[in-house]
Amino acid sequence: MNSFFSTNLPKFEQILVAIAAFFAILMVVFYLAGKANGRKQRPIAILVLLGPAMVLLTAGLIVPAIQTILFSFKDANSIKFIGLHNYTWLIQNPDMQKVFVNTLLWIIITPFVTTALGLFLAIMLDRMKRESVAKSLLFMPMAISFVGASVIWKFVYDFAVPSKPQTGLLSAIVRAFGFKPSNWILTQPLNTFLLMIIFIWVQTGFAMVILSAAIKAVPADIVEASALDGAFGWKLFRNITFPMVRSTTIVVFATMLVTSLKLFDIVRTMTGGNFGTSVISNEMYAEVFVRFDQGRGSALAVILFVFVTPILVYNIRNLRRERSIA
Amino acid sequence: MSTLKLANANPGRKLFSTRFATIVVWTITFLWTVPTFGLFASSFRNKQEIFLSGWWHIFTNPHLTLSNYHAVIFGSSSSTLSDGVLPYLMNSIVITIPAVIFPVVVATMAAYCLAWVKFRGSDALFFFIFALQIVPIQMSLVPLLQLFTGGAHIGSITIIPKLGIAGHFAGIWLPHTMFALPLAIYLLHNFIASLPRDLMEAAYVDGANHFKVFRQIVLPLSVPAIAAFSIFQFLWVWNDLLVALTFASGTEEVAPINVKLASLVGQWGSGWETLTAGAFVTIAIPLIVFFSLQRFFVRGLLAGSVK
Repeated sequence: MNSFFSTNLPKFEQILVAIAAFFAILMVVFYLAGKANGRKQRPIAILVLLGPAMVLLTAGLIVPAIQTILFSFKDANSIKFIGLHNYTWLIQNPDMQKVFVNTLLWIIITPFVTTALGLFLAIMLDRMKRESVAKSLLFMPMAISFVGASVIWKFVYDFAVPSKPQTGLLSAIVRAFGFKPSNWILTQPLNTFLLMIIFIWVQTGFAMVILSAAIKAVPADIVEASALDGAFGWKLFRNITFPMVRSTTIVVFATMLVTSLKLFDIVRTMTGGNFGTSVISNEMYAEVFVRFDQGRGSALAVILFVFVTPILVYNIRNLRRERSIA
Repeated sequence: MSTLKLANANPGRKLFSTRFATIVVWTITFLWTVPTFGLFASSFRNKQEIFLSGWWHIFTNPHLTLSNYHAVIFGSSSSTLSDGVLPYLMNSIVITIPAVIFPVVVATMAAYCLAWVKFRGSDALFFFIFALQIVPIQMSLVPLLQLFTGGAHIGSITIIPKLGIAGHFAGIWLPHTMFALPLAIYLLHNFIASLPRDLMEAAYVDGANHFKVFRQIVLPLSVPAIAAFSIFQFLWVWNDLLVALTFASGTEEVAPINVKLASLVGQWGSGWETLTAGAFVTIAIPLIVFFSLQRFFVRGLLAGSVK
């Protein structure tokens, strides 16, 4: 135990020093910049307040993004320009075509299911007592890391040869109904859908919490007035509630779309991208860090980027419109 | 809570009957909780039991033991976790705290600037930062790693000297701070932009400069949004695998608990019984944080974003 403290106390010293230094620098800069007056005051304020964020964003995201676009036209070691060769290889390679199909399946199915289920749960929760307990439990997977989730789901999808007792929940249930369990994670294309279930398990709670708050924000008098006019049940939902939460639903859907497109951890920890389950993000990581082909990895990143851009443009236009109304 | 009571008292709001809704929600909640409970139950079973029977046998044949937790916390010679997870748990804490504080402060400053110290192009800049959310993190890993180990050069001119922080805690704090900024600035901007204009203008008229307004008005009033984003960022950093895998070596000195666990996940058979307890220890901390602070989470996240 003594050695434990002697190795770990210096780590906490590091935190304290780092945080103290951070705030000390900030306070000194604020003090000095606050001294400026007259015409210099505004530009200095902008520089001090926005500068740190812009430097970090430039070094961490903007420059790497530009570099990646350049790398995607170069060879494996980023030395020679090879034009569109990386892209043509990716599009013609049959394994990669499988990866693109998988990614397409992910972005078609998971955002729809998580948003629809989240909306359904939000409506149901609005009607019941002790909703906070159910809400917390439904949201809980969101707080669990994908590494933790992969251990959890291992106990669901695990498979043993039929002569041995099944330790996986799914196998046991299937057997209880008299069917023969199979080796789930190896069965194509079923395994991709099993991985999607994990994603849905994690993300539905998030969709539900956001949509539930939007439903609660629908003014009670509007609902009351339409109820007096005879709107109940499905009609009330379709004509009053849903139009009021439509913009939130779209935001949630877009978020889920981007998250599913960038999906990496579930595939990485559950199958490592083997057995026909790989998606673009995982291939990108594998090209760069496993097969050391910077060019192909970067080309995949650019393809991903192109996929996301329309969603982003749509979101920004939405945002613009909302802000001009507000 | 008051809006909820109002809704319940109002029959017009009923989309479905209360009883039907309750049954459906609790059925789904049950399904959602079962997998996690399976891990929880398994963590109290010994090695033979985990491999020979499903965790649900815990109900018919309860042989509970704390030996997995003992092995995880104090280490055991027979498992792959010879020193226990405590050093890695410490690393996770040391990584997470600054990786939450730094981006929150930097983003709040930037968000205030974009919302209230308007300048030509500030709106365009805000949309541009929002757009940066789509840059996949994987794109940034290699260039950043090169920056940390080699610095930045144009030709023979050094623009940034090599920072030499790869493999240190600072080398993990910095990428987490960078990657968090687009979302943080977006969420905090939504909140800060909706603060009352009169309040700000009164302060400016009284002669307060932007720094004074920032510290004495913006920061205190933004606490709900800051708290919400902090929880989000805490969960994200604590649960992160990719950044830690790239910037922290797998050693006891800096690797967080998630990296250690991930390296054990692939080895089904050797020490899996300790992995169950290890996974639960890893999950427990974000769950405690989430359950104790979830009120702030929803409230702050939604302020300004849902109309």
